[in-house]
Amino acid sequence: MRIVVAVKQVAALDEEFELLVDGRSVDPDYLEWDLNEWDTFSLEAALQLRDALDGDGHEVVAVTIGEEEAQEGLLACLAKGADRAVRVWDESLRDSDVLAVARVLAAVIERESPDLVLCGVQSSDAVNGATGVALSGFLGLAHVAVVKHIELDGTTVTVQRELEGGLVEILTLPLPALLTIQTGINEPRYATLRAIKQAREKPLESLSLGELGLDHGAVAAAAGSRVVSIAHPERGEGAQMLEGAPAEVAARIVEIVRDRMTG
Amino acid sequence: MSGVVVVAESRRGELREVSLELISAASAVAQEMGEPLSVAVIGSDCAKFSGALAADGVSEVLTVQAPGDGFEADLWAAAVEGLIDAESPSLVMLGHTIDSMGFAPAVAARRGLGFASDVVAVGWSDGLRVRRGAYGDKLIAELEFPGKTCSIVTVRPGIFPPATAGAGSAQARSVQVPMEGVARTAHVSYEEAASGGVDITKAEFLLSIGRGIEDKDNVPRFEELAAKLGATLSSSRPLVDAGWMPSARQVGQSGKTVKPRVYLALGISGAVQHLAGMRNADTIIAVNRDPEAPIFNVAHYGAVADLFEIADELDAFA
Repeated sequence: MRIVVAVKQVAALDEEFELLVDGRSVDPDYLEWDLNEWDTFSLEAALQLRDALDGDGHEVVAVTIGEEEAQEGLLACLAKGADRAVRVWDESLRDSDVLAVARVLAAVIERESPDLVLCGVQSSDAVNGATGVALSGFLGLAHVAVVKHIELDGTTVTVQRELEGGLVEILTLPLPALLTIQTGINEPRYATLRAIKQAREKPLESLSLGELGLDHGAVAAAAGSRVVSIAHPERGEGAQMLEGAPAEVAARIVEIVRDRMTG
Repeated sequence: MSGVVVVAESRRGELREVSLELISAASAVAQEMGEPLSVAVIGSDCAKFSGALAADGVSEVLTVQAPGDGFEADLWAAAVEGLIDAESPSLVMLGHTIDSMGFAPAVAARRGLGFASDVVAVGWSDGLRVRRGAYGDKLIAELEFPGKTCSIVTVRPGIFPPATAGAGSAQARSVQVPMEGVARTAHVSYEEAASGGVDITKAEFLLSIGRGIEDKDNVPRFEELAAKLGATLSSSRPLVDAGWMPSARQVGQSGKTVKPRVYLALGISGAVQHLAGMRNADTIIAVNRDPEAPIFNVAHYGAVADLFEIADELDAFA
């Protein structure tokens, strides 16, 4: 069985940051990179499913779209136990929207003919909540979004889909399938120092768009939107900030609470 | 291509509030576009919602019969694709909900449509323009949809005021979409989360803790602080995911929606899914070390501070 996990190296803003002059993106000097939190859960789910299978030849493949910094995320996946990894990058992908990214992921995942594709529900930076399900559209796979439990039985998967307000739906679907994985489904492992060293020995392939049979035009045609501008949100009324030493702030909080609870 | 189609949502026989929010958001943009607004409802029991969905500004309610008891991703995708074929709308609006997240991106991908999710503002000036959060809602991005004659957007719940159900005079019309053999997932059952003996939705004062408490061993100290202050302890999702707090105490989209008199958030940054569960509290006080934390956008009072230092001082006051 082959399980492909699509992961993303996400960007977090430093406390202080600046926008680029084009007004459409943040100056990359102010970004910190890390493997998307949701993807640590989807990777763990894939590793646990693989390890529970009988026999040899089962593998977990981590794939990503991203430039050099995304290499770190893939190495982290390999250190935790993925068997191999594939990274796709082309300069023209820099401003890609969620559908363009899903289109490229579809091309690289198609090559793998997986039985199961796992994605995080969303990424912590873009928070589209859409890459995985868009990918299922391009690949024509049966799919369930926001999964908090997986059971594999031959060629059938039983999953729990997390709904709003604490409700859960249990449903079944046939393989091959794509699932988007919610946080809390498992306890993601940490890699040992030894595994981190050994990760560099594992296969990590880098592909261009051309090697996937794609070009910039095909990706651009799949894109669903374009960022016009990016800006600080209007704060609305905004919070009234409590200033001062911790004791003063605490005193104000107690005062506000008393006022509201008795009012 | 013309017209706006809203896709209403129901669950277990009840119309979901987001449907009426979508109608109010969509009727404003339909007016800017000078195009009619229709509301589509999908399912085996779709006809029963057509009265409620005939809200002000709605010109027609479209019903699409689907087999089965409730939502199924492939059926809903087929229904929306069928509606796009039959009605040729320039804009399709859905809620950014678990159901819509489960199929709308696949439709946009397959059909090459414009697409944006978790949208907080929708407008029309020489084409569709929407706004959505960026970098975990710390920034806001404006998006356009060049070259797209039809776009799908999913709208963040709880942002737009709901339209009044049934206040308009729209007639219902059935749209036929073939559904045989389309569904690939099979519903087994629904399960409710265990309540764990506490109902945080009834609390008037919630002390809510988040990732900022850093360690499971710190939970008891906030339990004590909550007891001293006369508050009920609740938390954001990451603490429940990590097994530090029971799910019955989780505030947010997948947990409980609360509306206490006072919501005191310590070390909660304010992810969208959390804000969805507490933004309507009467008074929100937030303590966070990060001055850019999105929770300050909905809080009435905020302090950029170390939550442990504040907790120590609150302890002294209580």
